[in-house]
Amino acid sequence: MTNFTLNGLNVQVEEGTTLLEAAKFYGFPVPTLCYHEGLSPYGACRLCVVEIGEGPRAKLVSSCTYPAEEGLKVRTASTRVLRARKMVLELLLASCPQSKVIQDLASAHDIRRQRFKQEYEDCIMCGLCVRICEEQMMAKAIGFRNRGERRSIGTPFDIKSEECRLCGGCIYICPACQLRCTYTEPEKAICGACANLAPPCVEKEQFDDMMCYMDPCVACEIEKK
Amino acid sequence: MQPTKTRGGRSGAPRAAEAPAALGTYRGICSTCIHAPTCAYRLKSTEVAIWECDLFESYETPSLLEIVERHGRKRGAVIAMLEEIQAKYGYLPTHALQVVAENTGASMVDVYAVATFYRAFSLKPRGRHLVSVCLGTACHVRGGPGVAKEFERHLGIPAGETTDDREFTLDTVNCLGACALGPVVVVDGHYFPHVGIKDVEDILAHTLTGLDKVEVEGDRRIFPIEVNCPRCNHSLMDPSHLIDGYPAIRVTVSHGHTHGWLKLSSLYGSYNVEAEHEAPKDAVVNFFCPHCHAELRGAAACPECGAPMVPMVVRGGGVVQICSRRGCKGHMLDVSGTAVA
Ligand code: SF4
Ligand code: FES
Ligand code: FES
Repeated sequence: MTNFTLNGLNVQVEEGTTLLEAAKFYGFPVPTLCYHEGLSPYGACRLCVVEIGEGPRAKLVSSCTYPAEEGLKVRTASTRVLRARKMVLELLLASCPQSKVIQDLASAHDIRRQRFKQEYEDCIMCGLCVRICEEQMMAKAIGFRNRGERRSIGTPFDIKSEECRLCGGCIYICPACQLRCTYTEPEKAICGACANLAPPCVEKEQFDDMMCYMDPCVACEIEKK
Repeated sequence: MQPTKTRGGRSGAPRAAEAPAALGTYRGICSTCIHAPTCAYRLKSTEVAIWECDLFESYETPSLLEIVERHGRKRGAVIAMLEEIQAKYGYLPTHALQVVAENTGASMVDVYAVATFYRAFSLKPRGRHLVSVCLGTACHVRGGPGVAKEFERHLGIPAGETTDDREFTLDTVNCLGACALGPVVVVDGHYFPHVGIKDVEDILAHTLTGLDKVEVEGDRRIFPIEVNCPRCNHSLMDPSHLIDGYPAIRVTVSHGHTHGWLKLSSLYGSYNVEAEHEAPKDAVVNFFCPHCHAELRGAAACPECGAPMVPMVVRGGGVVQICSRRGCKGHMLDVSGTAVA
């Protein structure tokens, strides 16, 4: 058992518990984006930042990847945390303003306008799809390629993967394109296009060399290079 | 000064007459050769049967497997394996990535991620010559980008691409660790310091004529020597036969039941040889003096491979010893002592 202080409260968690899990358990809300209960934490979005330590040595860490330590002092909602979180959200919103998940998070955190140039990225590199493919589907069909600016997600050589079973898990979990795939619940979909058009992940005949998460959604913007 | 190697590098292959260059018209059979994507010869000579091609190396898995095996099929050694494969083929063939993935238990996604992460790896076949222009900070401020532009203009390709004739691949790198020499250009491992725009043409021309060509005047590590037999002290030089532009050293060699002459370049540092009979690679051959027929065999073992060394007396003092194993480049020069072990 590990004892530490969470927002001034003395708490006790099992060894190896992350700060995020502890905060959730004790009911302190911490927003997350790249965290998923069924998947290993990855620490890509930095939305779950919390402040640890005291005085000048206090620092921000991503709670989803930080294991609780004996005697640690954790604050999940200090001014510094709130400011950092807001900034992260604003940046996320700028890179992917069309994402309903990010829009919701932004509105919940009182972000009313966009200060940064909007990039309309298709992917925020959260790695959820890569992890669901590997950890839940045991497929490892997709992964990261390249690095830096050119980092992207996809199958090796961008060809149809032998491992891929077209489970659609990646599209389901993707915060950037999730909504395109809610065709089974049309009331949740924004445009509803995919409710009329067979979803590409199921009927891929004419797009069979294509993975829909890599290009603009074929249901919304049919554009095949 | 190197025994039993008959051809200098790739220059001889293939043997058939050269047909006019025809892009992409290589015979189907070349596709079983691992060199096909980078091969410069198949473009030039379409009429060569594969068994006549000296460069032919089958696209079979064993050689790849060997590399994987050598690293113990460990996942942690994927980078090392890829490095070796890249060194061998000049790029990473898809097939090679598959072999590595299958045999290490890593998935293709992982291997592909590694292969695309590092700039040193290339998934596309590269040209015969790799030109890397440094665009690191120091080289950048000293005019590296201009040099890169000039290379692009001369070769007609953007950086990162390969010319159609597969001679050159142009690449930019970020610091080669030789900042004081900037702007630096590296061609096939040869460093060119302080490169200006006007040097570009020269570098390309020099590369085509062969960077490995021994520059006798310029390079002080390479010099001609004249040798005698350590037993009868007769000269071993053959003025009627030139290798590298200098009289060759003539000895008799035997391997198994074949005997014949072997002519070595007398340039210290050059490994060009010509032989009457070709001995298999890695075979240890016996050297004899063509005059007194005494065997030239020293007590010393080659520092590289352990085979016996062949001593010869250098005119003007000293002893040079070369390794008797075919393909081994072990040699030593002792100018002080005259004793032959
Ligand atoms: S494709 Fe979607 S789930 Fe995958 S990394 Fe990008 S944003 Fe995340
Ligand atoms: S949820 Fe912790 S970094 Fe994304
Ligand atoms: S910047 Fe070119 S060698 Fe360092």
